[in-house]
This record gives sequence, structure tokens and C-alpha cells, in this order.
Amino acid sequence: MALELFTEGDPIADTKAPMDVPIGERWSERKFRGRLVNPANRRKLTVIVVGTGLAGGSAAATLGEAGYNVKSFWYQDSPRRAHSVAAQGGINAAKNYRNDGDSVHRLFYDTVKGGDFRARENNVHRLAEVSVNIIDQAVAQGVPFAREYGGLLDNRSFGGTQVSRTFYARGQTGQQLLYGAYQALERQIAAGTVEQNARTEMLDLIIVDGRARGIVARDLVTGEISTHFADAVVIASGGYSNVFYLSTNAKGSNTTAIWRAHKRGAYFANPCYTQIHPTCIPVKGDYQSKLTLMSESLRNDGRVWVPKERGDDRPANDIPEAERDYYLERLYPAFGNLVPRDIASRQAKNVCDEGRGVGPGGLGVYLDFAEAIQRLGRPAVEAKYGNLFDMYAQITGEDPYATPMRIFPAVHYTMGGLWVDYDLQSTIPGMFVIGEANFSDQGANRLGASALMQGLADGYFVLPSTISSYLADGPFDKVDDSHPAAVEAMRGVQEQTQKLLSINGTRTPASFHRELGQLMWDFCGMERTDEGLRKAIDRIREIRQEFWSNVKVSGDWHSFNQTLEHAGRVADFIELGELMCVDALHRRESCGGHFRAESQTPEGEALRDDENFAYVAAWEWTPEGQPPVLHKEDLNYEYVHLAQRSYK
Amino acid sequence: MRSSVGDTGTGPEKRGMNLTLRVWRQQGPTVKGKMVTYKVTDISPDMSFLEMLDVLNEQLIMQGDDPVAFDHDCREGICGMCGVVINGEAHGPQQTTTCQLHMRSFKDGDSIDIEPWRASAFPIIKDLAVDRRALDRIIQAGGYISVPTGTAPEAHATPVPKKDADNAFDAATCIGCGACVAACPNASSMLFTAAKVTHLGLLPQGQPERNDRVVNMVAQQDREGFGGCTNIGECSAACPKGISMETISRLNHDLLGALRAGARPKS
Amino acid sequence: MVTVTDSTQRRTPKAAKTTSVFKKAVMAISGIVLVLYLIAHMIGNLKAFAGADEFNHYSEWLRTIGNPALPGATALWLIRIVLLVAVVAHIWAAVSLWRQARNARPERYVTKKAVAQSYASRTMRWGGVIILAFVIFHILDLTLGAVNSEGRDGEPFDRMLASFQNPVVTIFYAISVILVGMHLRHGIWSATQTLGQSNRRREVTVNYAATAIATVLTIGFLLTPFSILFGLID
Ligand SMILES: Cc1cc2nc3c(=O)[nH]c(=O)nc-3n(C[C@H](O)[C@H](O)[C@H](O)COP(=O)(O)OP(=O)(O)OC[C@H]3O[C@@H](n4cnc5c(N)ncnc54)[C@H](O)[C@@H]3O)c2cc1C
Ligand code: HEM
Ligand code: HEM
Ligand code: SF4
Ligand code: F3S
Ligand code: FES
Repeated sequence: MALELFTEGDPIADTKAPMDVPIGERWSERKFRGRLVNPANRRKLTVIVVGTGLAGGSAAATLGEAGYNVKSFWYQDSPRRAHSVAAQGGINAAKNYRNDGDSVHRLFYDTVKGGDFRARENNVHRLAEVSVNIIDQAVAQGVPFAREYGGLLDNRSFGGTQVSRTFYARGQTGQQLLYGAYQALERQIAAGTVEQNARTEMLDLIIVDGRARGIVARDLVTGEISTHFADAVVIASGGYSNVFYLSTNAKGSNTTAIWRAHKRGAYFANPCYTQIHPTCIPVKGDYQSKLTLMSESLRNDGRVWVPKERGDDRPANDIPEAERDYYLERLYPAFGNLVPRDIASRQAKNVCDEGRGVGPGGLGVYLDFAEAIQRLGRPAVEAKYGNLFDMYAQITGEDPYATPMRIFPAVHYTMGGLWVDYDLQSTIPGMFVIGEANFSDQGANRLGASALMQGLADGYFVLPSTISSYLADGPFDKVDDSHPAAVEAMRGVQEQTQKLLSINGTRTPASFHRELGQLMWDFCGMERTDEGLRKAIDRIREIRQEFWSNVKVSGDWHSFNQTLEHAGRVADFIELGELMCVDALHRRESCGGHFRAESQTPEGEALRDDENFAYVAAWEWTPEGQPPVLHKEDLNYEYVHLAQRSYK
Repeated sequence: MRSSVGDTGTGPEKRGMNLTLRVWRQQGPTVKGKMVTYKVTDISPDMSFLEMLDVLNEQLIMQGDDPVAFDHDCREGICGMCGVVINGEAHGPQQTTTCQLHMRSFKDGDSIDIEPWRASAFPIIKDLAVDRRALDRIIQAGGYISVPTGTAPEAHATPVPKKDADNAFDAATCIGCGACVAACPNASSMLFTAAKVTHLGLLPQGQPERNDRVVNMVAQQDREGFGGCTNIGECSAACPKGISMETISRLNHDLLGALRAGARPKS
Repeated sequence: MVTVTDSTQRRTPKAAKTTSVFKKAVMAISGIVLVLYLIAHMIGNLKAFAGADEFNHYSEWLRTIGNPALPGATALWLIRIVLLVAVVAHIWAAVSLWRQARNARPERYVTKKAVAQSYASRTMRWGGVIILAFVIFHILDLTLGAVNSEGRDGEPFDRMLASFQNPVVTIFYAISVILVGMHLRHGIWSATQTLGQSNRRREVTVNYAATAIATVLTIGFLLTPFSILFGLID
């Protein structure tokens, strides 16, 4: 293996989960063994929370309520706009309201298996346990989940599971859950426990005496760069799918917060694990700035198909039943259209590669509701999916009630992120990472409806409990902006900002971003090969060089400058892209969303290599010119036995 | 909801629209602004309005000019960040968000005026970007249910009639975009506030704080400098989420009831 | 930390009573008082069709309601006071909301389109001002006779004839009455909304009722002047 690309360091392990008790007791045991901070002392402790999505919003609100001083940061104008707002489908919880055999254990089991045995059992079990409290909390906050005529909560099933455990609020579950957290946060802001920093972007982490003690942030409106200090820093900045330029993430979603923390010493785990969502609206043209997801719940009633013959370009409705290939139902009779996302995505790619794709460029498959409309009637379909159908019509100008939707996979979620232990603490003491920003409980693939669950579990229930163990040692010595570490971090940010503005080259940040994204999609997307990844790494290095010598950023940094914001984010995406490719290259197995062409079964399914790769790859940043260092965390499966996933 | 279902779907990429844009340019909150004319060419009808602005901005950056500042994030109609007044209509000619407005709503050769939301409660940050934090402060005044983490009862302890849950949901879909304020001749934030009051007021969980909530939220929107509502109805017609005028009636009803019951705003 | 939300502990700050919604309620209630008056007034006016005596009697009766229990024109003055209070309250609320709206948008749109706004709702403010001017003229004309050719001492019926035989005055009345009709078309619906009494179910009914009341009042008021103009009443 190419030694020049990385070196291997000491293994790493989580030491916080109490392994001496059975898995079902570990979380209570951890809480019991952890230290507490008495209410009077909480007032003397300050916590920075970066991000106001489900994870950050719920954490800031809960910590504020508990009596800590919280400083909250986000880059949009309002906390309510964090990208969690866009989640459509739903949130899982092991409530077993349907009496269909669900339990904490089954949710745990499904999630470990769904993650293709690359997630930590302890974390996943805790997630399943806490899931039930999330629903209670959200309902009490007034989240208007869908209900049945009896007044009780409704559930639906979601890809990759055989029970109905998904709670939803039409196609706007993330929005409603986020507003619950947002309202709780605003309540704390009003109560004075949370200080708000809207339109403020974290650009660096400040470490003092080995502890995370603050951040450098830029006020995006005035351009002012300033330092903020605390006893602990919580990062909840979301996912980094925008490294692909086109993704379902918001335009501002970035890796900057976690990437700069990574450069300060936090390990970055499994960066190459990305989830490709099977049901997105296909790309229209090269001006496209964003991909839009159609909720996975559509697969409950929509049937996926392509023509049997390649190059069949008749309109969908003219293709007779006998000449259609409902390939998911054919290949996976047990799960049919509800196979997990990675499988549904890859099969879509396969049929398109065979030349049977539909729509412009042959990059699309049909998602057909004709049968559902016939079976349930149009009003029922409208009630269930109306807003999604409207959205589709709005974007494509086509009527999905009359002709089948066209869908294609798109990058959607990043399972990788900063490495954290059971307490959600990174390798930098005092820096906690929650939500999509950590390498999370999702393993190599994420089942639908589990990211909302994780974000809220982390923010409402896990972090507020575990952080007290750390804060019990505080308050730490006061630091201010004259501290050498703060001065150095501040200067670094100023220099980079100045640099970006002074290059004055010939390409816009967006053009670099687009090129990087295409490269990542081609070589580090749905299918990855040794050769392709190497090519990508070489090219990314060139892009990086060109970026730093030829980018053009107009304006200055003492004002609202969106080009400058974008340039800073692209700079980080380029570096991250390289690490993702290195990670993808070193993992010579297929697992979950990571499909290495060299590692597949004769039927073309992903082939895991548990012998050699049942570990978390945690990467350490090294100074310029030196290859990153790989630290492995072994994964042991005590409760769910390692098995090839099969959804046949 | 108005929606544009045409037959422009499949087929190769179409381009070719040429447009004249008149865009409000304003350096900062206290500087005077003006309309500036730009031309964009070869615009595809499948582009979103924001993608068309991207094209303009790429052009401006390459010319060494200052690109037009405009807010956006999700670009799928849910975050509420985008929002400009297009030819005199908040979010433009369709009842949707600006990011979900597509150029197929315009014709080759059209001239398009683009302005920011205008309200003194929404100071202009730059060009088309405004500061909408006033809406957050209205929420801070009472747009929540006080339920500290961990204190919630079992979710099924309180059934909610489906009708109430559905109506609450309808109101809860407000994305806080501020188009209602932009469209209202009084620059009133009534529809936004009413949506939240209705959402929480329809649920059993929202009852204990119902009186205080409405009184405080209304007091706050006045304090922020929004206009008063005189039932004109432009707001609801512009609202991308179709929040209905009924919510305003409900707010009024709740407010008068609360005042009668003795609820008074916190000062 | 739990935010305490106990309404009984708080004092009433001055601002509380003057929220925009409160002003609107004042406007709605005073508006309703004025509508009720107008209904009665219209019915009274229609007595013109019963002839001069009947009409003058009616006018006389207005000034002697409750006599002799109440001295002189007490009842009329009571009505006038209620009306005056209503008008003042109505105008105060209208002006202060108008000012609030102006402050809420100091910089106008370069281009602004009305999408949902009806003509009636758009003319509420300037329409109101014109109505006020009309009412002043009208009182000077018919109640006080100050601007009436029949003068202060004429019989009410004669003053009315004098006014409406003049086409210019009749046209002015007609325009004003139509404006009042429009004001009410929007106003009645609006008051229902302001008082929190409209909802999706009632919307159609409320709209019908508003249109009906406004139309009946407009026609009812127009009948008298035009009948006089065209000599149906003399
Ligand atoms: C279209 C879509 C649909 C989805 N549907 C589902 C679903 O149905 N079910 C499900 O379980 N999951 C779903 N997901 C995944 C899920 O929504 C996300 O994983 C989850 O919401 C992430 O939450 P978060 O709190 O970690 O981050 P986010 O919600 O992304 O929040 C990030 C926060 O960090 C702030 N921030 C970011 N960078 C910085 C910085 N540098 N400085 C300061 N602040 C910063 C932002 O302002 C924001 O407040 C979906 C995702 C997408 C994109
Ligand atoms: C004296 C001059 C008047 C002025 C300046 C005036 C002005 C106004 C204004 C500005 C409004 C608010 C408009 C809106 O809701 O958009 C209004 C509402 C109303 N007006 Fe008048 N008006 C006048 C006379 C009248 C009269 C004579 C009547 C009835 C006979 C009347 C009945 C109403 C009613 C019912 C409303 C609706 C109240 C509400 O919206 O809640 N007004 N008026
Ligand atoms: C066009 C039709 C109308 C006619 C023929 C008419 C006629 C009259 C007459 C004859 C009087 C004098 C009554 C008396 O002194 O005994 C009067 C008074 C009055 N009218 Fe009218 N009127 C008309 C329309 C209106 C309208 C539209 C309004 C209000 C918007 C109005 C408001 C009043 C008021 C306020 C008074 C004074 C009442 C008082 O204090 O005595 N009138 N009207
Ligand atoms: S009510 Fe409608 S227009 Fe107003 S903020 Fe909410 S979504 Fe936007
Ligand atoms: S347009 Fe304005 S006046 Fe009221 S009904 Fe809507 S807020
Ligand atoms: S950018 Fe999010 S709603 Fe338009």
C-alpha cells in the first residue's frame, strides 16, 4: 500500500463505556459513574456550542436550562434555518406502538446491521434506548407529529427495516423537530442563559494547556474576527456532503468547523463513509447548484423501474407493463423497494450504467405511483405525499401524478466525522462533537430516520449528561485574547483571510468547488477503485495548488462578503477531499456506502472484509508535506453477530 | 397553492433566455441604495431564480465587481433564508420561495426588478440581504412550550384529535421567511406570529401558556416596529407555505380573550 | 431554568393596552357602532317616501324620544355622544395604525404589486378620510343647515329637497355613499376577523353578510337622493 499516502500510528480505543456491565446497563452505569456539577457551580461554567441544528440546538437549550452559561454560534440569520430543517422523512424510536415486535434491542440490532457492522455497539445501543425519550420530549414541545383518528401517534416504515417505527410530520419531520429545539433554544436566550451569535462562523479552535478553551469566529455581517472563550467547546456543525459540490445539503453546509479542529489535533474518523440517497431529483444542467431529495418514504408506495431494453426512450406511460423492469422487487424480493439506501443507490447506478437509465443523459430511474394511486386513490396519495409531489412539480415542471417521477442517487449524509468516545468527547480534551459532525453511531451506512434520532439523542440526552464529568474539573483558569494560543489562532485566521483576498486570480471559488465536487463524485462516489482514487488524489493536489494561486475573491473582509465565506469553505473541502480519498483507498473492502469495485460478491453485492477492516479509521492531521497518520479503533461485536448483510 | 406544472420536463438542456435585471444595490444599513441594471444572457428556463443570480454573480466577480449579496441556504424551499421581492411580489410571481421559483416563470427579454424585503424591523445588511432576527425575538417572547429536557410525560399520555394535530401542523409549517412582512402594505408580521400562536394554541400541550404567549408575542412584534395588521390579506397570498388568514383571526380571538382574562405582556 | 409565566404577578404596563391588535379592536367595535347607526339612519331616511310630514315628524320624534321622562333632546344627545365617541375612537385607531405602518416601512418599494388586496381594502384609509369630510359637510348641510339653501330654520324635509335637487350635491352624496359601501364591504369582514370571529368555515358566510349589508346600505341611502333628484319625491 502506498506508504507515501499515510502512515499508521498507535491504535485508539474508547475508554469511557463501562464494559464490565451488560450492554443494556452501560448507559445508566456511565451516567452513574460520571461526575456531576452542582447547580450553583454550573453558573460559573461556560460552554460554547457551535451549531443550532437538531444536535446543537437541543444541546444549547438543555445546557442553558441546566444552568450553564452557553454561547451559541451559527452561520445563518436564525437558528431555525440549520439544515436539519430539510429532513423530510421521519425519526425512528423503539416505542413499539404498532405492536409489531419492535424493541430497543431490535432497533439496536437493525441499526448495527444497517451500519454494515462498522458502528460501535455501545453507542448504537444507547441511541436505541434514548430514542423513546426523544419522542416524548418532542411531543411535549408541541411537535405536530402525524396522528391517527384515535388521536395517537402514527408510524410508518422506512427503508431497511421490517417494523413501523418511524414517527413523522408529513414530509417535514426535520423542520418540526428542529422548531421544537429552536423554540426551546429561544426560550433560553430570552431567559438569558444562552448568548446568541447569529451569522458568526467558527474558523478555528483555541487550545490552552491541552484543553479546548475557545474558538476564533468571524462575524459574517461586519467581518470582525474575534475570539470566544469557555470551559468546553461543543461542535455540532453538521455534515460535509458539500465536498461533492452537488449534494442535498444546504449551500452553506461546510466542514470548516470540524476541519480546523482536526488540524488542531482532533482525529477525523471514517471520512470516506458517505451516504448516497437513492431518491433525489436528477441533475438538469451544469448551472445546477443543489440537489433536492425526495423523501425516502416515497419508496413505501412508489415502485422503482426502468425499461427492460436499453435505449428505450418512449415516454414512461407508453412502455407496457411487460417491458418494465422493477429491478429492486426482482433482485430483493423480501425488501423490494425498501432495501437500504446504499443498495437502492448502487442498483440505480447499475441499471444506468447498463444504458437503461431514463431522462436526460440517461441518468435517472422511474419512481412510479400509478399503482398506488389506483390502489389508494389520489386523495390518499395526496394526503401522504402532497408536499413532495408539489416540490417535484415545482422543480421539474412535470406532474408526478400523471407521469412517474424520475429520480437518481445523490450525496446526502456523511457518516464520517470527528472521532469521539462514548462521552462524545474528541481526542482534544474539552472538545465534544455531536450530531452529524461526529463519526457518529451510523457505521458505514445510515438507515433512514436515524440521523434525526442521533442528533437529538446527542443534544438532549447524551452530551448534557457526559459533559458534566468533564466540567466537574472546572472552571478552568481564565483565558483572554492576549493568551499566546489565542493570539496565534487569531493571527492564523487573519492571515488566511488576507491571503484569500490578495491572490486575485482568474477563477471564482465556485468554479473550484464545482471541479472538486465532480472529481469526488466520479472517483469517490458510489463506486470507488484503487486506480480512480489515486487519480483523484493527484488531481486534488493540483486543484489545491491552483486554488491558492489562482482564486479570485472580490471585496474586503471588513464587510458582508459571501464570496470570501465560500472561498474559506472551499479551501477546507479541498483538503478534506484528499483525506476522504486516502481513507477510501486504504479501506480495500466494501461496506455500507463505501463500495470498492475490487471487493464484491459474484452477484455484485458489497463484500465486507471483517478480518482486516473491522475497525474505525481515525486520522490524525500532520503538518504540511507529511502523510496523515492512521489510528485504528477495533470494533468488536458482542451482541450482534457479524454477518454479511442480506436483504434478499 | 399556485404551482407551475408545464411540459418542460425531459429533453436536452434548454438555454437561451436573455434578461434585464434591475437590482437593488446598497452597501450597508445606513447607506443609500439604488437600482442598478444588469444583463444576463443564455439563462435556462430550468434554472432556479437563485441559480440565475449565481450566473450574474460569477459574471460580476470575474469583472472585478462586487457580487450581489443575497441570502439563501437550503435551496429547497424549507429554511426560509432566501427571499427577495421580484417585480413587486414577495418571492416573485409564484406562491413559493425564491429558491423554488424557476426561470420558466419568465420570458426571454423580460425585465425583472429585484428588491430586498423592506421593513424597518428588517434592516438591510447589504443589497438584498436583510436582518430578520426580529422574528426570532417574537418567538423568544413566548413562541414555545416550556418543557425542560427530560420532564416530558409519555407521548401517548395525551391523545390529540387528528383534526387539531393536522391544523396545528398546517400553521407550524411557517418557515419564518418574512415574505408576509414584505408583502403586507403595513409591513406587519401578523401572519408569522399568528402561525405560531395557532400552532401551539391548538395543541393540549400549548394550553397552560396560551394567554401569556399571545399577549407577549403581539407586544413584541409592536416593539420591533412592525406595522399593525388591518386584514389586507397580501401576506397570506404571498406566503410560500400558504398560512391562512384564519390564523390571524385565531390570534385576535386569543389575544382579546387573554386580555379579558387579565394576561399582560412582560415589559 | 424554567421561565415563569404567571399572568397574575405582572402589572399592566402602559403599552399593553395599546397593542396594534387592541387598536384594531377599538376600530372594529367603533365601526360596528357606526354600522348599527347607519342601518337605523337608512331606515329613517326611507321615511322620505312616506312624505314630508311623516319625515318631519320622524325628525321631531328623534328630538323628543323619552319625553317627558327625559327632558328635551336627551336621547338624541345620548346617541350623538355615542356616535362622537365612536368616530373619535375610530379615527384615533385608524390614524395611529396608519402612522405605525408608515414607520414600519420608511423606504418604499420601487415596484410593488398588489396580489390579494381588494379595491375596497386598498381604499380604507383615504376612503375613510373622504367619508369624514362628507360627514362634516353632511351635518353642516342637513343637521345644522349651515350650508343649505333652506338655511338653519327650514324643515328637515325641505333642506333635504334643497340639497338633492342640486345634481352636484347629489353626485357628491352618491360618491360618498358608494365609498361608505366599500368601506363597509371590507370593514364588516375585517371587523369579524379582528374580533377573532372568522374562520375557514364561516368565511363564505361572513363575506356574503358583509357584501349584503354593504349593498343594502348603499342602495338604501342612494334611493332617497336620487328619488328627489328625479322628482319621485317632492
Ligand atoms: C435533505 C435531507 C433530508 C434528510 N432526511 C432525514 C430524515 O428523514 N431522517 C433522518 O433521520 N435524517 C435525515 N437527514 C439527515 C439529518 O437531517 C441530518 O443528519 C441532521 O439533521 C444533522 O443535524 P446536525 O444538528 O448535526 O447539523 P445541522 O442541522 O446541519 O446544523 C449545523 C449547524 O451548524 C452551524 N454551522 C455549521 N458550520 C458552522 C461554522 N463553521 N461556524 C458556525 N456554525 C456553523 C449551522 O449554522 C447549523 O446551525 C436528512 C438530511 C438532508 C440533507
Ligand atoms: C370618519 C371617517 C372614517 C375613517 C377615517 C375610517 C377609517 C377606517 C380605517 C382606516 C379602517 C381600517 C381599514 C382596514 O381595516 O384596512 C376602518 C375600518 C372600519 N371602519 Fe371606518 N372609517 C371611517 C368611518 C367609518 C364609518 C362611518 C363606519 C361605519 C358606519 C366605519 C366602519 C368601519 C368598520 C366596521 C371597520 C372595520 C374595523 C376592522 O377592521 O376591524 N368606518 N375605518
Ligand atoms: C345619502 C343619504 C343620506 C341622507 C338622505 C341623509 C339624511 C340625513 C338627514 C336628513 C339628517 C338630519 C336629521 C335631522 O337633523 O333630523 C342626517 C343626519 C346625519 N347623517 Fe345622514 N343622510 C345620508 C347619509 C349619511 C351617511 C352615509 C352618513 C355617515 C357616513 C350619515 C351620517 C349622518 C350623521 C352623523 C348625522 C347627524 C346626526 C345627528 O347628530 O343629528 N348620513 N342625515
Ligand atoms: S407566515 Fe408564511 S410568509 Fe410569513 S414567515 Fe411564515 S412562511 Fe414566511
Ligand atoms: S397583509 Fe398585512 S394587514 Fe394583515 S392580513 Fe396580512 S398582515
Ligand atoms: S434557500 Fe432555503 S427556502 Fe430558499
